[in-house]
Amino acid sequence: MTIPRFPVAPVALATAALLAVAGCATTDRPGGDSDATTVTGTVTVFAAASLTGAFTTIGTQFEAAHPGVVVRFNFAGSSGLATQITEGAPADVFAAADPATMVRVTEAGAAEGPPATFVSNQLVVAVAPGNPKRITGLADLTRPDVQVALCAEQAPCGAAARRALAAADVDVTPVTLERDVKGALAKVTLGEVDAALVYRTDVRAAERVDGVEFPESGEAINDYPIVGLADAPNPTGAREFVAYVLSEPGRTVLTRAGFQTP
Amino acid sequence: MPVALLVPAGLGLFFLTVPLVGLLVRTPWSTLPHRLTEPGVLAALRLSILAATLATVLCLVLGVPLAWLLARVDFPGRRLVRALVTVPLVLPPVVGGVALLLVFGRRGLLGGWLDQTFGLTLPFTTTAVVLAEAFVAMPFLVIAVEGALRGVDTRYEEAAATLGAGRWTTFTRVTLPLVGPGIAAGAVLAWARALGEFGATITFAGNYPGTTQTMPLAVYLALETDLEAAIVLSLILLVVSVAILAALRDRWLGTT
Repeated sequence: MTIPRFPVAPVALATAALLAVAGCATTDRPGGDSDATTVTGTVTVFAAASLTGAFTTIGTQFEAAHPGVVVRFNFAGSSGLATQITEGAPADVFAAADPATMVRVTEAGAAEGPPATFVSNQLVVAVAPGNPKRITGLADLTRPDVQVALCAEQAPCGAAARRALAAADVDVTPVTLERDVKGALAKVTLGEVDAALVYRTDVRAAERVDGVEFPESGEAINDYPIVGLADAPNPTGAREFVAYVLSEPGRTVLTRAGFQTP
Repeated sequence: MPVALLVPAGLGLFFLTVPLVGLLVRTPWSTLPHRLTEPGVLAALRLSILAATLATVLCLVLGVPLAWLLARVDFPGRRLVRALVTVPLVLPPVVGGVALLLVFGRRGLLGGWLDQTFGLTLPFTTTAVVLAEAFVAMPFLVIAVEGALRGVDTRYEEAAATLGAGRWTTFTRVTLPLVGPGIAAGAVLAWARALGEFGATITFAGNYPGTTQTMPLAVYLALETDLEAAIVLSLILLVVSVAILAALRDRWLGTT
């Protein structure tokens, strides 16, 4: 379901090679503070469920660029991750699917510095392959023969769905409110619902799902912020991972996954 | 009193109850009355108790005969059947939920037929909640009842048979009364397991307030944004379930 359609390995290898060269250059630089930039150990990244595919690739590249370093991911609904972080989960980096969720972490004083917006994402209607119910826009989601899954409003994808539906002035009664975007998408891939509002990137990463674009999704663009955490067990790793996500190789992976530049 | 038993016993009790203390310490007592009356809470509690009770009834209707079969009838493959009964115990509940979807879902093995023949779709209905809970809870009942049946002196049943009672009469008039406490204990276990069920329910039945959002699902979603609300919901579920279980134990099992 999360297998990217582009060849990962060559990209990863090429980037790894480039970075290995770049890494040597910096550490060999005389007088350079190598301790501050040499990442060691494990980097623990808490990231929104919608980042699963792209961040897994970025993690592999980051590990290749920093031999011996292990990147561990905790992919889940952003708001649940925010609660885990404010309750003291030992994470180094947090990447959320919307600014509102990130605010809960920064307000709790759990972030190290201000978050950086690294991508944005837009909603589409996920439908069965070939769009058997002929869904062309949000208005079709109110049809009685169309069963709809939405994200719960606590999740960023649910909040975005609410905004888009309000912008379209459409009142949808879903059959289920899923805890995160992958849950909503799974209900479509399993054939249990006819449509779900998910991110464009989720449809692109999934097999056996088609996406229907709709104009009102412009009203519900989610910006994704990322930040190193104040209580990070590996602060250097946190800083370097955030820098890598914001760097050109990181952006390339994210753009290929269908994310937009903010 | 042997210290070698008392110390681990005390540690065990501590380990089981200290999370409860954690909940109580963090409970927002000042806003508690206000939170209790929030509209979604009572609906979720009502649905939880209703679904767990119906699931327990389903477990009793299907599980007691199954336990009897395992305890009293010597048939080839009995060991395998007994192992299969415990599958829901070891299966992660979320996987159980997916498996239920693959069978009872709109495109499932049986679900597709149900949909085409009767226009019945199970996922996202309260029936689906009951089925998911019964799936994970039934092994507890079957194991408890089978254990009780094995502990009963079969000479009573043999005596009934020699006095002319058929197998059905023996079962209803002799066996069932003898294993009554075992059935009650199994039912209580199954009810408690059904009440706390989360993974299979959210996967198979989805989450929608009023129809499929039970208390554990409400707790999980509240946890996403509002820890205090989640704690209050958990506390309500705990108090209600402990009260019901304590009342039933006294009445059925004759223990205090």
